Amino acid sequence: MQAFLHQLLSGLANGAIYAAMALALVMIFKATHHVNFAQGELAMFSTYVSYTLIESGVPYWAAFAITLGFSFLTGVLLERLVMRRVQHAPALTAVIVYIGLLVALNGLAGWVFSHTLKVFPSPFSSDSWYATTYLSAHELGTIAVTLLVLGAVFSFFRFTRLGLAMRAAAENPQSSRLLGIRVGAMLALGWGMAATLGAVAGMMAAPIVFLEPNMMSGVLLYAFAAALLGGIDNPWGAPVGGFLVGVLENVAGAYLVGSHLKLALALLIIVIVLIFRPSGLFGRTVVVRV
Amino acid sequence: MTFTPPGSVGSTRSRLLAQLTSAQVLGAAALLAVFAAAPLFISGYHLFQLTQLVIYAVALLGLNLLTGYAGQVSLGHGAFYALGAYTTSIAMSHLGLPYWATPIFTGGVCFIAGYLFGKPAARLEGLYLALATFALAIAMPQFLKLDSLAKWTGGSTGVPVFKPSSPLAGVSDDQWLYFFTLIVAVALFAAAWNVVRGRTGRALLAMRDHPIAAAAMGVDVAATKAATFGISATLTGVAGGLGAILAGYISPDSFQIFLSIQLLVGGVIGGIASIFGTIFGAGFIQLVPNFANKLSDAAPWAIYGVLLIVCMMVMPAGVAGLARSARARILRARAARVARLAAAAQRPAA
Repeated sequence: MQAFLHQLLSGLANGAIYAAMALALVMIFKATHHVNFAQGELAMFSTYVSYTLIESGVPYWAAFAITLGFSFLTGVLLERLVMRRVQHAPALTAVIVYIGLLVALNGLAGWVFSHTLKVFPSPFSSDSWYATTYLSAHELGTIAVTLLVLGAVFSFFRFTRLGLAMRAAAENPQSSRLLGIRVGAMLALGWGMAATLGAVAGMMAAPIVFLEPNMMSGVLLYAFAAALLGGIDNPWGAPVGGFLVGVLENVAGAYLVGSHLKLALALLIIVIVLIFRPSGLFGRTVVVRV
Repeated sequence: MTFTPPGSVGSTRSRLLAQLTSAQVLGAAALLAVFAAAPLFISGYHLFQLTQLVIYAVALLGLNLLTGYAGQVSLGHGAFYALGAYTTSIAMSHLGLPYWATPIFTGGVCFIAGYLFGKPAARLEGLYLALATFALAIAMPQFLKLDSLAKWTGGSTGVPVFKPSSPLAGVSDDQWLYFFTLIVAVALFAAAWNVVRGRTGRALLAMRDHPIAAAAMGVDVAATKAATFGISATLTGVAGGLGAILAGYISPDSFQIFLSIQLLVGGVIGGIASIFGTIFGAGFIQLVPNFANKLSDAAPWAIYGVLLIVCMMVMPAGVAGLARSARARILRARAARVARLAAAAQRPAA
């Protein structure tokens, strides 16, 4: 029972990381109807930036904040310079450009930072008072940080004029434009926020999976599964899907399929959701008029 | 529309040739002559590279048929390449099949696997299919590493694959393997050409450009998509099998997601909806890493990534598309010149 509880709770910690990534995917999907295949590599690159800062003596939380700023700017710039051009392109073109971005970032990281595994520090030292047998300090910290960030994002969208404008721009670009909302700027802002969310997920994941250019591929796969499970057009569904998938991964990994098939489990979730319930648990069923 | 398997399409030579213009026949013959004569001039590592190039071209053929012609985005063709490689290895070492029979066996297994994956996947729209195949490519190495399959797959360490020896005196083993690969490739290219130029090809294009109109014209969209998935997996799988024989050794780490992405790069650079573009695309993914590796191990990937993005923006139809538009421009210029001359010739008479 104790072991089961441990699996369950540390599943929640992994789920927190998936939740943040899934929300980033959903934000971009809502605004552009594209799936950002490069979300994981963006997060990885941000994590390298924070690693470089920490290595050069910047305190952890300062490096954390600088990295968030850097990620935001990178997201905005990528949208402005690259992604804007494929916004109305056919699915194949868009997918290839996203894959191009994934490969470019991965190659660049390998080129600049090398492929050797690096140990990334956790801000939550393992002998903290809040560390328990069920949840390590880092796991608890990850859940707390993620909930804080998710709360901030949801309050932003719910309670600020800018958040409202962003939601409007994603929901109905034409009408928003007529109301004087700068839809293009909102898109860029959305990309910036998604990249920032990814950076949080990356920095929380790095102490667990070690820092290397391919560190996020598994996380991204689970985030896909989480976003689809929650309904890819529902921002509330993403965190729920994230936590669900995290727990499912851990429990099934421990008792059903073994740790060797964890990625296959994500594939299974993705395929099952896509075939039997493409709109996910909380998504809207899209009816296309022909 | 009923679906016709690739083997039986255009079984008569005249039908195949009737659909080719004389320039295309000459071009294909010249290309084939170059490839057939190549072992006279190169050997050793360069011949190995050329063999791998031909193998990549076949793999890209499978990807292009599915993604370019049928419009089904696949980011996971490396998984079928891996399946072909392992099937070939198992067929040779456990089933005792001779190497020359493996393409047929591997092709059959991969067709079934592709069809079974394609059956549900074909219901997915472009983006979601991309997601599912991406997930397949990432998860594939884990399947290959499974302990329960280690008896056949060799687990995470991999297995050696036998290299055939040449039955002809005067032809080295490497040369023989090259010719064997070339013969298989020519057969598959001819088959793919027939699929694309025939009824099935028209059904694919119609399905890609307007699925509803295609269905209204009598194309069974779901069945055709699943069968295309099967054919595509067959081509890429056979290529994987040949690749395994060429490499002489396979392990799960050779079939990471980046193999799938490499195939995607080759398809896009050569022209994703093109048959002969695959040869250029294969040359690109075979040769560029050689040069870029001198900069850094990771440099080819950085270059691939930037090229993918630039290519989609500047020449979305790839090199084949550039060639096609250049040819159209030349033909237009020639037609204009003829019209000018004709007009000049008519004037004094009038």
